[in-house]
Order: sequence, then structure tokens, then C-alpha cells
Amino acid sequence: MNGFDQGGTRLGYPLGALGSRDLIEVLRPGLLTTVQDRGRIGYQKFGVPVSGAVDEVALRVGNILVGNPQGAAGLELTALGPQLRFLAYAVVALSGAEVEGDLDGRRVPWYQSFLVRAGQVLDLRTCAWGIRAYLAIAGGIDVPALLGSRSTCLVAGFGGFRGRALSAGDVLRVGAPPASPGDLCGRGVPEEWRPRDTSPVTIRVVLGPQDDAFTAEGCRTFLESTYRVSPHADRMGSRLDGPLIAHRASADIVSDWVPLGGVQVPGDGKPIILLADRQTTGGYPKIATVIGPDVPLAAQRRPGDLLRFRAVSVAEGQAVARDLEAGLLALPGRLVTAESWSYAAGLGEVPGEIPLATPEGGSRD
Amino acid sequence: MTPRFLPTGERGLVVEFGDAVSLEVNARVRALALGLEAARIPGLIEVIPTYRSLGIAYDPLATSCDELQARVRDVASHVDPGTLPPPKLVRIPTVYGGPYGPDLPFVAEHAGLGVAEVIRLHSEPLYHVYMIGFTAGFAYLGGLPERLHTPRLSSPRIKTPKGSVAIGGSQTGAYPAETPGGWRIIGRTSLELFDPSREVPTPMVPGDLVQFVPITEEEYLRAESLEPRAEGGERRTESREPRAEG
Repeated sequence: MNGFDQGGTRLGYPLGALGSRDLIEVLRPGLLTTVQDRGRIGYQKFGVPVSGAVDEVALRVGNILVGNPQGAAGLELTALGPQLRFLAYAVVALSGAEVEGDLDGRRVPWYQSFLVRAGQVLDLRTCAWGIRAYLAIAGGIDVPALLGSRSTCLVAGFGGFRGRALSAGDVLRVGAPPASPGDLCGRGVPEEWRPRDTSPVTIRVVLGPQDDAFTAEGCRTFLESTYRVSPHADRMGSRLDGPLIAHRASADIVSDWVPLGGVQVPGDGKPIILLADRQTTGGYPKIATVIGPDVPLAAQRRPGDLLRFRAVSVAEGQAVARDLEAGLLALPGRLVTAESWSYAAGLGEVPGEIPLATPEGGSRD
Repeated sequence: MTPRFLPTGERGLVVEFGDAVSLEVNARVRALALGLEAARIPGLIEVIPTYRSLGIAYDPLATSCDELQARVRDVASHVDPGTLPPPKLVRIPTVYGGPYGPDLPFVAEHAGLGVAEVIRLHSEPLYHVYMIGFTAGFAYLGGLPERLHTPRLSSPRIKTPKGSVAIGGSQTGAYPAETPGGWRIIGRTSLELFDPSREVPTPMVPGDLVQFVPITEEEYLRAESLEPRAEGGERRTESREPRAEG
């Protein structure tokens, strides 16, 4: 689909005083595309799911590539990406799952920022591996912050873009870019920041808080088996198939806090890794908790993928977390100039007027 | 009783006060939650009070688990559940039965009571808010009369409508949003139970008291059309007359 031959009304979108502008028109929404940031912190006591990017590290790296604060809102796509028409120029970057896509027919890079010109169509399709990819946009997606976050909370139907996944015809506003496009595009990450597909992946956990609800044999089964992600995997959690984990007695506990990465085991003995949209409380015992830095590994496994668990101490988990944060802190200074992608080379003029394909389908109320 | 400290990953800690669901234990949990929020402990991100334990999310770059435990112990030794703020009474206007409460006849039959008697029993108690969880704004209430305990549906409904007032086992509650659910729906409230535009997004917080107030269908419809948003749960209704048809 060529965005230029739609013959739509011509509308001007000059940068306003606040710099936020209508920028992205959704032509095809993809399987499940939502606005996400780093989540809603501080409201779990009201039952509010944390939400946010399921692979938070990928979103943060994407934001670093386009010069945003790490917590800026971007798009999370799931398995099959959206087709987006840009109403003005933008610098964007793809991270997370290795998503295949093109810009007006040219293959776009992964983990590298690039320029999109007004009127161009970014068509994101399937993921070569992984299941959640992120589109970071210089300036960040501008939706109202609710309870301190721009994340979409699908289960409660609020936040993000009108509390729901994107659909065709939606138009997203984006904030003012933090720098000029020439400074922001063509930036890549050092090789070690590009995630790799490994199978089975090993996920580090700290045992507990309720490992004592399981038999010694049950704990061994959990740590020594290979599990397969079942088709029941979504933003709330990933249900796993594999050897059953034996409870000591009842599979019910008095409902308590459900942390990110908690591995709960209901009565059927099959573990569930709890992710961004998890309930804040639940009544199944949690045999272990995935350490924060490894949650993205769990979040990127798709149905059929294999994974194993390895127990670490709290101190080891914290050392890994410290290393990750130190790496993210240093990353802006370690970005590499990317040469492999030619759109970055020649920056054209930035038009002040662009054609809008479906003026009546816009979402400007 | 000394609480148990349960490390939860590398950035979480659960402080558990036993296994019992009781007002005393819950008061200790809530007192510790308020104490920790007031103490401004470095690295503490948020606390999540539940029936008998307190979840703590912290920043592992700002504090170690041992350091945090020591500070929590210190706060726990100073807080006094006797000094908790007095509970607020939140009234939940509820239209019972009819299309709003399709399971009311079942609950009545199960209890061996008339529908009017079920409504009277359900709307009489002051229920204690133990915690909020499951979904945004869902309050776990204690105090459902034993007579009304009713087994859940054997197969959950795909949709429990927003505002449904329901009974599941020994519990009762009101659904802030449409969700799947296995509880028996006996009525519906027009009270907005979750409003993300407010800093305190729920009309009740743990420790508060809740009363279901029977209203007529007309009152319910008027409330729905006039003002979908609750004012801190303080909206009252004139009618105290149970609606008796099922």
C-alpha cells in the first residue's frame, strides 16, 4: 500500500508549542499492538496491574537508540506487527523480538535507529524469533498518563491508547523529538546488546516465596526439567507444559502478593510464569521468582519454545541486576554508528504538510 | 508472633504473619504497610498488603535484602495496630435480583431462604475490606453470613458484568469491571469501583467497612444515567427497602 496515492485531505501538522503532534496512523493493527512504558508503579495495593513492556529491557534499549528517556512510551507488538503510516518525519528503532519489516518496500534494521519520512509506511510482519518487539519513537508516544504511566492495562481497560490494543484508523500522537533527526538516526548497539535466540533458554530464579508448599521431589522436578511454553501465553503470564510439580499438600494458599516473574503452580502441577499484566494477588503457591533481568528471556519464548530454570541466591540475582543497570546506564555512550542501512545516509527535507489517508477515520476527539 | 521474611526474587520481600485470615492479623499487616510508607526507607518502591502478609517491592540497587529486612524489622517493632486510622464506611447501592442478579434464586434455594431474606442478610453486615486485588479495585470482603455461603459455578462465566455483586464460596464482592468469573451474581451496583483518573482510584481501601444498600431498579437506572462516577464512595441512597423480586 502506497501512502501517497490515497488522495486524502491535506492537513498541516506543524510542531506546536508543546511539540506533540499526530504522527502515526494505524493502517493494520497487527495481532496485539499496545502502547507501553515501564509500567504503573505504586498502585498494586489498589489491585492495579503493573502492566508495561513485557520485555522491559528491549523497550529501554529502543528508547536509548532514539534518544528518549528509558521510560518513554513505545509500541509493543506481538508475533505479528502492525502497518503504520507516518504523517511526519520520525526517528524510530525496533528492539526485542527479531521482527521482519520494511519501509516502503525496503527492509528495515533491528536494534538500529532509522529515519521515517512523512507519508512512508512501516510494515512490520512476523518475528524471526521471539514474540514481542518494540517500536521506540523519538519523542515517545503521547497518551495521557494515568496513575503515573502511559501503559495500556488491557485487563482493566484503561491507559495507553483508550485502554485497548490499537485498531485500524487510530492516530497516535508523539512528543517532540529530543534532538534533530540527523543526531538520532543511524545509531546501533554493541553486538552484545542484540538478544540471541537460544533453546532451551535457562532462566534464573530465586526459590520461593512458597517453595515450602512443594515436596523436595517437586522442587527437583522444577529445577531439573525442561519445560515447553504452552499456547496459553499472554501478557499476564506464560503457562508451561512439562513434568508435573508435586505440592506438599494443598495447592491453595491464602491469596497474597503476586510479584513480576513469580512462578505459580496451580493444582494441575504445571508452572505459570507471571508477566506484566498479572493480577496483583493470587491464591496459588509460587515455587520461585524469576530474577528481573531474566524476565525478558521468559517473555520472549513463544508457544513451543523450551526453557529450563536455574536457582540462584538473592545476592547473585542482585549482582546480575546491578550489572544490567550499569550496562544500560553506560549504553548511550557506547552506541555505534550504523552503516548498513542506507536510508539513514541521506536526510531529505521534512515536509510540513502531509496527505492523510483516512481523514474521517482519524482519532482526534 | 514474629513475622516470617520470604525473599521474592532479587527485588521483592514478603513479610508473612502466619496463615490465618483474621481481623487481628490483617490489622498487623496494614499497620506495617502504613508504617513502612511513612518511614521513607531507601529503595522501598511499594508495599502490597494482603490478608496475612505484606508484599514489598524494592530497588536492589538501592538496598540489599538483608538491609531491607533489618529496617522492616525495626519498623515492625514500633508500629501499633491499635493506632490504625478509623475505618471509613463505604455504601454500595445495589439492585438485587432480576436481570441484575440472575443467581439470586439459586443462592436463596441453596440457603433454604426466601429471596427477600437473602437480600436482608446480605445487606445487613458491615463487611471488612481485607485487601484489594484480583483486578483493579476488587475488594476482598470478610463477614458474609454463613447462611449465604454458596459454591461457585462449576464452570466460570466468560463475562461477569461490571458492577456485579456476587457470592463465591464464603466470600462476597463487587466487580469493578467486566471480567470472567465463577461467582454467583446476585445484584449490581452503579457505584464506580475503580477510577484511574484519581490518585486513590478506589472508593475503599484495606481496613474500610462496606455495606450493600438495596435500591430499586429505577434508582439504579437513574444513578447510571446521571453520574457514572463515584465521589469517593460516599454517594448515598435514600431507599433502605429491599427489592424483593428475583
